[in-house]
Amino acid sequence: MNEFLLIFRQVEENATESRSPEQMQATMKLWMDWLGGIAAQDKLVSNGNRLYNGTGSVVRPGNVVTNGPYVEIKELIGGYSMIKCDTLEEATEISKGCPILLVGGNVEVRQVVPMNM
Amino acid sequence: MNKTELLPHLFRTEYRKIVSVLYKHFGFEHPEIAEDIASETFLSAAETWGLKGLPENPVAWLYAVARNRAKDYLKRNKIFDQKVTPILQSGQPDYAEFEIDLSDKHINDSQLQLMFAICQPVLPAEAQVSLALRILCGFGIDEIADAFLSNKATINKRLFRAKEKLREEKVKIEFPATPQISKRLQAVLTTLYLLFNEGYYSTSQDTTLRKDLCLEAMRLTYLLIENELTNLPETCALMALMCFHSSRFDARTDEHGEMVRYDDQDTSLWVDELIHKGKHYLELASKGNQVNKYHLEAAIAYWHTVKEDTIDKWESILQLYNRLLQIAYSPAAALNRTYALYKARGKQDAIIEAEKLKLNDNHLYHVLLGHLYKDADNTLAIAHLQTALKLAKTASEKTRIKKDLAQLK
Repeated sequence: MNEFLLIFRQVEENATESRSPEQMQATMKLWMDWLGGIAAQDKLVSNGNRLYNGTGSVVRPGNVVTNGPYVEIKELIGGYSMIKCDTLEEATEISKGCPILLVGGNVEVRQVVPMNM
Repeated sequence: MNKTELLPHLFRTEYRKIVSVLYKHFGFEHPEIAEDIASETFLSAAETWGLKGLPENPVAWLYAVARNRAKDYLKRNKIFDQKVTPILQSGQPDYAEFEIDLSDKHINDSQLQLMFAICQPVLPAEAQVSLALRILCGFGIDEIADAFLSNKATINKRLFRAKEKLREEKVKIEFPATPQISKRLQAVLTTLYLLFNEGYYSTSQDTTLRKDLCLEAMRLTYLLIENELTNLPETCALMALMCFHSSRFDARTDEHGEMVRYDDQDTSLWVDELIHKGKHYLELASKGNQVNKYHLEAAIAYWHTVKEDTIDKWESILQLYNRLLQIAYSPAAALNRTYALYKARGKQDAIIEAEKLKLNDNHLYHVLLGHLYKDADNTLAIAHLQTALKLAKTASEKTRIKKDLAQLK
């Protein structure tokens, strides 16, 4: 069993547009169905978190701090979850059901390297 | 109540009170004393009442005998030397040391403190539940063995080991310090939840015994609700869950003790009063700002008491299972989620999700798949039901699966 971090990226204009409560609820349901389905297979490690996309900052060497999210890149990280399964293929398959894909976003699937403490 | 009924009834209600108070008094250092004295008390009641007729106040009679026996024991025993002699020598006899306090308040406090003492993470969960049944509910070894589908020797061994462990760990029978109550309460709630489930989901054919387990779990939970230190939202959530579930208890088995599936239940047998109580506790449970698995399970159990079979009902149940699975996975919850998905959105969606579960060793998984493939692919449905039949452990489950198969052939 390996752990995989799923990083959800969204397109900036979609991330910042305001939506009605009904729309938000419908989106929430899509996410809950998807996460519930992963959890039902006992493959969810952590829901993870959604990230606030209003403001952030980026810290670079030499005390250079710029306001994020980036303007030069049209995608920003909207959140992440952690799942467990045997192979990258399986994790990728699971990610195909992610609701972020319905709004032009994408999922980056990365295997976690266990720390040997 | 006539004489022959009275003593068993009193044994049910009073034995556990006497045992709890004696445990509180003697502690786990002398585990057998409390149960011996309590048992002897009832033995002498059986003898004396049989010869001389009933005393005017049977409960008071039992308490008096238990008190005297405890006193005799103290006098005869080393405890006397350790505890009492120094007091006598100091010239200020404190007879409180001798007195076994059987006032209502002390009985309740002793039972609560024992609950905290028994529900120790150092003990395996089944040992906690067995001890609770023995000490807090006054169940006989036979009954506990039945409840666990086990035998007397195993249960005796389990209880003996558990008490030894409590003695070795020097577990004290007392309330945890207030800041720790919430944390320690979790272990108590878990044990009560398991105790309730033992009755509710047991495959034992003995419906009376199963109902008793549920009632005992509710009685102990109620003790927690009555005490302000332990009357927390999660306690109310657990109580709500138990009320909603037990409201359907009678509808879940037929006259032969066979399980009746949810869709086939006679809803006129659902007990409105318990549903009403459940709502009351669920409301109290939502006062906090935390949602735990008891809240979610109580809400799921609430929706099951709604008689109208609507999309809205099953969609709500589905969403609750989505949340429950994210905080507490169990195969049963995974199967129930899939069933709710079928009821809310149809067989196609449910089949896709069901096939991902791969709970191949679980007979209920194959029952569900058999149900979902029915009409869409009867050959596959039959194959799944035949697998379920092979995997099913009890006669009543096999009977039910055979009925399902008969409908398809």
